[in-house]
Amino acid sequence: MSLNALTLWWSENTRLIELLWDSLGQTLAMVFSSGFIGFALGIPLGVLLHLSKKNGLLENVAFNKILGIVVNVGRSVPFIILLVALIPVTRFLVGTSIGTAAAVVPLTIGAIPFIARLVEGALLEVPSGLVEAAQAMGAKPLQIIMKVLLPEALPGIINAVTITLVTLVGYSAMAGTVGGGGLGDVGIRYGYQRFDGTVMMITVVILVLLVQIIQSVGDHLVKRVDHR
Amino acid sequence: MITINNVNKVFYQGDKAIHALSEINLSIAEGSIFGVIGSSGAGKSTLIRCVNLLERPTSGQVIVDGTDLTALSKQDLTQARRKIGMIFQHFNLLSSRTVFHNVALPLELAGLSKKDIKAKVEGLLTLVGLADKRDTYPANLSGGQKQRVAIARALASDPKVLLCDEATSALDPATTQSILALLRKINKELNLTILLITHEMAVVKGICEEVAIIGDGKLVENGKVGDIFAHPKTALARDFIRSTLDLTIPEDYQARLQPTQIENSFPLIRLEFTGASVDSPVISHVAREFNIDISILSSNMDYVGGVKFGLMLAEFLGPNDAAEQAIQYLKDNKVELEVLGYVA
Repeated sequence: MSLNALTLWWSENTRLIELLWDSLGQTLAMVFSSGFIGFALGIPLGVLLHLSKKNGLLENVAFNKILGIVVNVGRSVPFIILLVALIPVTRFLVGTSIGTAAAVVPLTIGAIPFIARLVEGALLEVPSGLVEAAQAMGAKPLQIIMKVLLPEALPGIINAVTITLVTLVGYSAMAGTVGGGGLGDVGIRYGYQRFDGTVMMITVVILVLLVQIIQSVGDHLVKRVDHR
Repeated sequence: MITINNVNKVFYQGDKAIHALSEINLSIAEGSIFGVIGSSGAGKSTLIRCVNLLERPTSGQVIVDGTDLTALSKQDLTQARRKIGMIFQHFNLLSSRTVFHNVALPLELAGLSKKDIKAKVEGLLTLVGLADKRDTYPANLSGGQKQRVAIARALASDPKVLLCDEATSALDPATTQSILALLRKINKELNLTILLITHEMAVVKGICEEVAIIGDGKLVENGKVGDIFAHPKTALARDFIRSTLDLTIPEDYQARLQPTQIENSFPLIRLEFTGASVDSPVISHVAREFNIDISILSSNMDYVGGVKFGLMLAEFLGPNDAAEQAIQYLKDNKVELEVLGYVA
């Protein structure tokens, strides 16, 4: 395709470009707002899972079991079902069950247990000797969490953030089913249902680029904070 | 400074009770360096972890600087621990913090101001000889340097007691000596009471004034280092000292070793010198007196607290009766010996 052909295509398809631009914005809004709320709730949950474990800092086996089951249930429900099942909750929280803001609710709830398990895994990699050393120097539990566990697990947590955001990009495509919009929705409606191969291709390419960017930024940050 | 009264520690593995420590009594004077030595699995790690209650004793008291730690509430224990420094075999430094911020951690926990922290940490880094490494991350330090950082960190809150949990076991002999020299220095300069546990005889010999031998969760003996090594009273203590000296028969000798004497074979003898042995040059004396030749295969002699002790493996070459007489003579001079067999 020469430059001329490209500019011609561009001028003939301003509506499509506008649509893609808007849907990219919707995708980003869904991914990052559900990601942000997801981390705000998922990271503490992951910390709780880690601490309440047997031989953990705040051992409480019964609590850990219950929390574990809740998290597992959350993780085992297929996202597409969660999306529909949560409609009443969404309506209660957002006032409507349709639109980008409404899609954030199931995305967030789907992301929380996912993040919690990833964070739990990252914390597990912190050598127990470090916690012990902190205890020996008279650190209170909250100090151990804030000054030892989380900073030491930071590379793992950033990795978890990256994985979660990439997964959310995929999930956000499904959010089209509740009118959430986004690139996935455009791909399905304009590309698949109207047999428009070009649109389908463009949305896929944008999604690939988005995932690449998230992954690269994540990898870069991990490298910067990892001094192990 | 540290008193351990009737401490027991029982672990449960399923329904099975494992007595990691039984009836431990120990008293460590202020300003002394006290060693606990034992082979792995003897309970020494559990013992030192009981001193700052990282491991809570099943029963008994742990009194540090006049406070019974076992009677304290969680909050008070946290405060009390700030006066007990601890260093570890694997250093346990935070990989996410530079040397400076690792040493600063205990001060941050105590809520000191940035200015006070800076002054204190810089002083400590100078003390341990790492002032030029302040902005380095632990991953880029050698083992000895890491342990120095750990020592600086342990000293940050001006503790009265320093616990060393196998602090030199991951270091090479030269580095071990330099860390021991540092420990001796801070013991003198800060009048710090040091309790260390180790399986290395060299460490105890190097810096301890007093030592306790632990075996199978029980304290078998304790006293001045020279006394314990030279005059072990119990079989366990003796076995332990012998095991650290470790003299094995070379393989080719083992192959040629006969249980009974045949023609032209000579006895292979293990001699054990203890504090009770007569302090005179018995080997050359025996050779001259009984007209035999003594071929020393290997020997591991040591000199601690004014006493020579150790093991030696030697062949007595000469006529039968002369060798017999020599053996008897050595026995009379309180050298323990055992004929391991006869080498042709």
